[in-house]
Amino acid sequence: MLDCGLDTSSALYFLPLPLVHSPRLSKLPGWVSKDGTVNLEKELKECAGRVFVDTQPEFCLPERELLDLSTVDVILISNYHCMMALPYITEHTGFSGTVYATEPTFQIGRLLMEELVTFMERVPKAQSATCWKNKEIQRSGSSGTSYIVINSVSCMCALTIFTLFYIVECFCFSSFKSDVFVFRMLPGPLKDAVDVWSWKRCYSMQEVNSALSKVQLVGYSQKVELFGAVQVTPLSSGYSLGSSNWIIQSHYEKVSYVSGSSLLTTHPQPMEQSSLKNSDVLILTGLTQIPTANPDGMLGEFCSNLAMTIRAGGNVLVPCYSSGVIYDLLECLYQFMDSANLGTTPFYFISPVANSSLEFSQIFAEWLCQNKQSKVYLPEPPFPHAELIQTNKLKHYPSIHGEFSSEFRQPCVVFTGHPSLRFGDVVHFMELWGKSSLNTIIFTEPDFSYLDALAPYQPLAMKCVYCPIDTRLNFHQVSKFLKEVQPLHVVCPEQYTQPPPSQSHRADLMLELQPPPMAYRRCSVLGLPFRRRYERIHLLPELAKSLVPSEIKPGVSVATVSAVLQSKDNKHVLQPVPKPVPVPPSKKRKRLMEEVPDLLSPKPLLSGAVPLEAFLASLHKSGITEVKVEETADGHILHLQAEDALIQLEEDATHIVCDNNEPLRTALRDLVLRFLQKL
Amino acid sequence: MPDIKVTPLGAGQDVGRSCILVSIGGKNIMLDCGMHMGYNDDRRFPDFSYITQNGRLTEFLDCVIISHFHLDHCGALPYMSEMVGYDGPIYMTHPTKAICPILLEDFRKITVDKKGETNFFTSQMIKDCMKKVVPLNLHQTVQVDDELEIKAYYAGHVLGAAMVLIKVGSESVVYTGDYNMTPDRHLGAAWIDKCRPDILISESTYATTIRDSKRCRERDFLKKVHETIERGGKVLIPVFALGRAQELCILLETFWERMNLKAPIYFSTGLTEKANHYYKLFITWTNQKIRKTFVQRNMFEFKHIKAFDRSYADNPGPMVVFATPGMLHAGQSLQIFKKWAGNEKNMVIMPGYCVQGTVGHKILNGQKKLEMEGRATLEVKLQVEYMSFSAHADAKGIMQLIRMAEPRNMLLVHGEAKKMEFLKDKIEQEFSISCYMPANGETTTVTTNPSVPVDISLPLLKREMALGGPLPDPKKPRTMHGTLIMKDNSLKLVSPEQALKELGLSEHQLRFTCRVHLQDPHSDADTLARLYSHLKSVLKGYTVQHLPDGTVMVESIVLKVSSSGDDPNLKVILLSWSYQDEELGSFLSSLLKKGLPSAL
Repeated sequence: MLDCGLDTSSALYFLPLPLVHSPRLSKLPGWVSKDGTVNLEKELKECAGRVFVDTQPEFCLPERELLDLSTVDVILISNYHCMMALPYITEHTGFSGTVYATEPTFQIGRLLMEELVTFMERVPKAQSATCWKNKEIQRSGSSGTSYIVINSVSCMCALTIFTLFYIVECFCFSSFKSDVFVFRMLPGPLKDAVDVWSWKRCYSMQEVNSALSKVQLVGYSQKVELFGAVQVTPLSSGYSLGSSNWIIQSHYEKVSYVSGSSLLTTHPQPMEQSSLKNSDVLILTGLTQIPTANPDGMLGEFCSNLAMTIRAGGNVLVPCYSSGVIYDLLECLYQFMDSANLGTTPFYFISPVANSSLEFSQIFAEWLCQNKQSKVYLPEPPFPHAELIQTNKLKHYPSIHGEFSSEFRQPCVVFTGHPSLRFGDVVHFMELWGKSSLNTIIFTEPDFSYLDALAPYQPLAMKCVYCPIDTRLNFHQVSKFLKEVQPLHVVCPEQYTQPPPSQSHRADLMLELQPPPMAYRRCSVLGLPFRRRYERIHLLPELAKSLVPSEIKPGVSVATVSAVLQSKDNKHVLQPVPKPVPVPPSKKRKRLMEEVPDLLSPKPLLSGAVPLEAFLASLHKSGITEVKVEETADGHILHLQAEDALIQLEEDATHIVCDNNEPLRTALRDLVLRFLQKL
Repeated sequence: MPDIKVTPLGAGQDVGRSCILVSIGGKNIMLDCGMHMGYNDDRRFPDFSYITQNGRLTEFLDCVIISHFHLDHCGALPYMSEMVGYDGPIYMTHPTKAICPILLEDFRKITVDKKGETNFFTSQMIKDCMKKVVPLNLHQTVQVDDELEIKAYYAGHVLGAAMVLIKVGSESVVYTGDYNMTPDRHLGAAWIDKCRPDILISESTYATTIRDSKRCRERDFLKKVHETIERGGKVLIPVFALGRAQELCILLETFWERMNLKAPIYFSTGLTEKANHYYKLFITWTNQKIRKTFVQRNMFEFKHIKAFDRSYADNPGPMVVFATPGMLHAGQSLQIFKKWAGNEKNMVIMPGYCVQGTVGHKILNGQKKLEMEGRATLEVKLQVEYMSFSAHADAKGIMQLIRMAEPRNMLLVHGEAKKMEFLKDKIEQEFSISCYMPANGETTTVTTNPSVPVDISLPLLKREMALGGPLPDPKKPRTMHGTLIMKDNSLKLVSPEQALKELGLSEHQLRFTCRVHLQDPHSDADTLARLYSHLKSVLKGYTVQHLPDGTVMVESIVLKVSSSGDDPNLKVILLSWSYQDEELGSFLSSLLKKGLPSAL
């Protein structure tokens, strides 16, 4: 299985989870269908014309019905965002395989999961809503009024490659919504939600730990053997700390899985491209979600909006993940701060894992870009946020409670999660700062539509700035990259084969390839275009030495091989045939059975022709001189008169007729064989 | 027959100046490039003229690999690359790359600035040398060129220490560098997968020692330090700045904390803080426990251990001082030793191995009077204790590694000849593999026997595997038949039929026909039936068929019966077979000549 991402955009259908009691949220009116037949006022709340479920947010999982998860042997993880659904896949499903990930992916992935669990568990909801999912409700009734489109978020894609004995097929499923279940009677946007029954509440820390215990750490360019049949190798993908693309190959076939890659110089090690060359199939996913935004430009806009707000005496809220782009934002601010006169403005990073994330970022020098790597030789920490912390410019807290509440000064800049604005400390700051137009919220994470994220906070006075920073490959970079590595076939999500629906005229925002890419969508089953013809086998040296090659044509030799095959763990070895152990002769057997030839030694195939003149000459040499040659339609018949035997010579056949004279027959046979090649 | 050659230029039946040449599959690799602490003359460095007499190092060597930052493994590197001249790649892990130049600079300073030697490498040379270094990550397979690949494994010993697997085609060598098979307070244990190298080149510092449990040694160490402090004595612990020092610091730090002790602990060189910083940045190379807790509490931030100043040595009262270098051969540790040696209340604890010729080695051998420069003699009254904390594998550990890697041959370096001899016997007995221990300049040649990789056509393999069944009978092996096609360096094994097709050849049919006359007073049909039952009883395990068209078939051999016109009892049996059934056909023709048994 390739990756195991969680679609958290489903959280947008839910009401935010406040850390402290929010009178505004608790006063929202409940929803009752227009005709009054359905009353869900306890579970559904209306805010600014939209309806939200008032319960702990639930997440949309990778497809789990299509195949028996206990048959998955291996899961390859490409980056920490793409492992968030791991506990749903590895726990309570019979899964007994191994998960492969790099150390930074594993460590930071663990932090992000820990953070998610903490966000959910520290504000338990008194009751959980389930009625809104009731099938009865979805069958009848009228439709609601308001309507929004939830963008198909998610780079997160889970693919399964079956390795039964070889790679045979490829099942693809991504969390892109394809079959839309219509909740006919629920109000929008809920009525457009997909597969709500499969949505699940957040896992527990215990499940996280159990899932992570199945992870095996790997390093870049490490060749990992799977069952002797295939080899997988992670390669740097340049997107985040420890992010990887994967090569899955046998001796003859090569599949590359390119997911979440970046060619920009940010903090991670640059993307390794040359090893991806000569792939039979390249599976491409995790392209930028905002193909029209240039990350550098967005970074500039981020800084200037931030500075403007602070100068005007307002606060800046940056909803973000606790690892990733935040390191680049902090580095950018480190350089920008003094020139923009922000030296005295406090910067806060609030997350249950803020400290761990900042600390961990400093110990993965091997996984960083060259100039960060060389810093540790001095020895200095690779990221400048160490200095920001040391000089008290950046402070980090596990939550708004405790120390933070006493040290908190305004105006300030707060980095905190979760970027969906549905849970985490960010909810508190939205409630706190939303009413003032002095404050600004700057969206940098591309995973959520900012309008949808803001919906339950409307009406809102605070300024909103949207500078999504998505460093992953855009279509221009992809086509250049594909030209460079030249895969025979490209497999990608259906979405990449047409322009985005909102910009249908932009033919440059899609993949155009020759041959056209093979597109997949959720739950579709794709056969990969392989023709497997060969497998690697080893001849033991003793066997190799015993072979007698003969030249058939210039430069081409053949040798017949008779050997014993030994297959173990998908490794095949040919050994010499053991000498038969002489059977102790029992008297009775000896008479009848001793000569019965072994069933299992067929002769080689023959090829070539027997030339008449040369054959006659060699007959002559062997003392057979009286030969009458008779020409026939297809060749000749040789009559050996003294011996009373016939030899029929044709282009592709020789027939020896010889009665009662075994020595003669074998002599003739050997003469004929001399002229033929054995295969 | 391909072979692998191993020649130690240093560390052959000796500890110090590790430098081993390996020739494998046409590639030449230098493993480590160290200096010898016991010498101050030419013998300090490996003898590179072994190579240079035939040309430049760069031409000869495909790469140089450094296992860890100890000077006896990397001390000759700038000399080799900058003064002898080598421009190829030098591989080492990130921590080694970070720490190695600092130790080299230290070494240079002591040699040039303090001892006033000339003709030594300069600071600039160290920098230039380090530019040739390519960093190596654990378990990453690095392709040095198209054929030569190397892979590093965790070795424990010191921060960043690695073992390397060197592979060309199907031939391979593992070099352990220095390693430790038991985790200590700051590092994990060495680990390698079952890579079955042709040769495992292992250090053998503690070839004959089997050390008691780490816990006991630690308790012992703490007890001795504590007793000395209690009676008002001073404890000197000569260490190298990086490695054992950190482990012992962690040990003392926790002990001081627990016992609430007040006596000061000092660390002698300015390197400490920097050294601890390296440990913090390379925390992923330390052991599990430290890695797990580093966010809450970094083990390398010490509360009780402070920087040492030269003047403190004369302070009254108890104290513990860690001082470099570890073998008391020069520098601060030797200075402090001289000051404290005369007082029997004091103690020196040697936590590691000492090379012959060093002061450390002498006092460990019980020498009570030492000759110092200027004909002065130093009387050694203080207590001398040896505690093996140096993180080398002991005999048990070496055997454990052999079990892990399953090498075909074993080669010992980095140890004393006598002890090696003992271990060699033990290895040969226990594992029945050859074990070598070449001296410096002596070449060991090991013949390898690589199997030949071939591409087998999938249908042939699948058919064969299906016929073999899921659990083939080892007593009755199935013989597989195929044709090996050799063309443009490719080897393909296919079925004979496919071989004909691929080579564009047509099959040549070779058939034999043979008439056998025999007396059988029955009708033709009866004779045929008798023939059928006779063959059926003789040829068990063969397919014998009686066909309605009046023939009997044995496998693909056709038999017909007719009687000659004159004598109806004289039957003619016509046998016809193809060359593929030659043996069976030949057997049948002679069998039938004997006639049919009348009992049928």
